[in-house]
Amino acid sequence: MIISKLKEALICFKAGRVTLPYPFAPHDPEDGFHGRVVVDAEKCVGCGGCAEVCPPRCIEVSDPDPDRRVLDFLLERCTYCARCAEVCPEEAVTVTKEYETATNDLNDMHMHIEVFMSTCRRCGRCYEPPTPLDRLMVTGFRPPTGKSEEA
Amino acid sequence: MAIKDYLTKLFPKSLWVYHVNTGACNGCDIEVINVLTPYYDAERFGIKLVGSPRHADVLLVCGPVSRQVASAVRRVYEATPSPKLVFAIGSCACGGGIWHDSYNILGGAESVLPVDYYVPGCPPRPEAILYGVAVALGILPKKTAPVVARQKFLDVVEANSGEAISPEG
Repeated sequence: MIISKLKEALICFKAGRVTLPYPFAPHDPEDGFHGRVVVDAEKCVGCGGCAEVCPPRCIEVSDPDPDRRVLDFLLERCTYCARCAEVCPEEAVTVTKEYETATNDLNDMHMHIEVFMSTCRRCGRCYEPPTPLDRLMVTGFRPPTGKSEEA
Repeated sequence: MAIKDYLTKLFPKSLWVYHVNTGACNGCDIEVINVLTPYYDAERFGIKLVGSPRHADVLLVCGPVSRQVASAVRRVYEATPSPKLVFAIGSCACGGGIWHDSYNILGGAESVLPVDYYVPGCPPRPEAILYGVAVALGILPKKTAPVVARQKFLDVVEANSGEAISPEG
């Protein structure tokens, strides 16, 4: 019995130290980890797609005046699913690897983004900028003929 | 430093934690157990899991507070001897998570108890929980701050308010 205990002790010595030195040394998460989201306000177009897909509905969109759209990210209830980053057409929402978000004040988890919404000066509504897809809507539109059709 | 002095005065020895599940999906519970394993080893800081709130200094609250469990959570809090700390672990305990507007959920842990530290994450990494402990003990500084961002063009609009302008110039 003593021998088996000694063997066990030997195995423990072989393993060496396994404890992470984490709080005293940084420990980066592996690739693909979803941490806190970051929004680049300059890229944001204010479409609200992120608020539409957010499972905990932690993105609140409001329009305080016609020129301005405000996105409030209440990240304390964010589930870090990164759907907002997936659907963002301008890639303004990005996921970082930051996980050290422990705090004693919930306001630290709030993000306030103000976006300019250009409005039509005549009717006061938002307008869409022209896109290449618009010509598809013209009556009699034909796609440009490619070489495959000629052959 | 102020928090550290305050805590060393209040908690001169080890922090004993009592783990309260208030309706969590078990994800945060597993991460809390992970923190106590030798790999992460919260016992370096004297943290020990105890089986009764009467022995505890810290309550680790996981999960949104459901209507059914709210009275039990209040009783656990009253059973804990003062001075006591409450940690909210996970997004559900911090703000209700995806259940924040459910009919049977009162909200996060702060809707029932005074919460001292929040560790967001769904579930938080074991490192994130350790970081929360380190912040509470004053070993590491807090890294988060509220973010307020504003498009630069809004300042231009406000400077020329009333005039017809477009982003192109």
